[in-house]
Amino acid sequence: MDAAAAAEFALMGKYIGAGLATIGLGGAGIGVGHIAGNFLSGALRNPSAAPGQMANLFVGIAFAEALGIFSFLIALLLMFAV
Amino acid sequence: MAIDGEKAAGGLKIEPMEQFTIKPLFGDGPIEWYTPTNATLWMGVAVLAVTAILVLSTRRRAIVPSRGQSVAEMLYGFIHKMVEEVAGHEGLRFFPYIMTLFMFVLLSNLLGMIPTSFSTTSQIAVTGTLALMVFLTVTLVGFWRKGIGFLSMFWVASAPLALRPILAVIELISYFVRPLSHSIRLGGNLMAGHAVIKVFAGFAGVMGVASVVPIASITAIFGLELLVSAVQAYVFTILTCVYLRDAVGDAHH
Repeated sequence: MDAAAAAEFALMGKYIGAGLATIGLGGAGIGVGHIAGNFLSGALRNPSAAPGQMANLFVGIAFAEALGIFSFLIALLLMFAV
Repeated sequence: MAIDGEKAAGGLKIEPMEQFTIKPLFGDGPIEWYTPTNATLWMGVAVLAVTAILVLSTRRRAIVPSRGQSVAEMLYGFIHKMVEEVAGHEGLRFFPYIMTLFMFVLLSNLLGMIPTSFSTTSQIAVTGTLALMVFLTVTLVGFWRKGIGFLSMFWVASAPLALRPILAVIELISYFVRPLSHSIRLGGNLMAGHAVIKVFAGFAGVMGVASVVPIASITAIFGLELLVSAVQAYVFTILTCVYLRDAVGDAHH
């Protein structure tokens, strides 16, 4: 394989990898939806306790979202840094 | 076999990342550390806006508050309550720092939503600095207040003995990943939102009469992004409180 073809091949791998990395965002979506849905079902059972748990809700969402953000980071690194 | 996807699409020209380039305010010389750029301009505007909200509006304090004073008091009370609930009573020593963080991030996010302005919190350099300061503060305060006992945070005493070394490694990794996730959460959310609006704006340019659809979408996404701006400022602040609780609070968390 000559050098030009190898460079094009590497470029292709870069873009495919960046696209594949975005699949991780689906996992973050599942996690955040799970937390929000469970919070809502709990809040509808006991509405008086719901306002006190808002902080826990946001912290849980933030932690679930962090893992999706890492896949976003990998996509960004592949696109602009590799 | 050149890649010319942009040209093949005709008049469609979408450059969603172009809005994040840092430009010098005067001329187009090289950017040194002292060069005034659009980023420094909008950070300065954010600081002025925080000053206007918190200092100028409470200058004439009254029993019956004016609108500006009400806003300042509500923001103060909101953050004060959050710090006390999440970081504990000892965490209130760090209330001025956390209030500063919240107001700066909130105003930077909201000022970035003004069309043609520059969104400073979409730069990983800005959010990374903020998150690194939080990380250093938590680490230093933790060792200062608890001494070597701060390391017991990584040794989960409630777990079975065989599991503790594995958990210690996991806890250690998650501790050092904190500044990374803390900064990229804020920067990534803001950057993604602004890029999505730019992509829809690119569609609106080439669709003729049908461009009412992307323009309506931009309006809806703009509303969502205003919500995201406030929520991400809140999340950044509450995570700071959660991290601070490890340093100042009681042992179990």
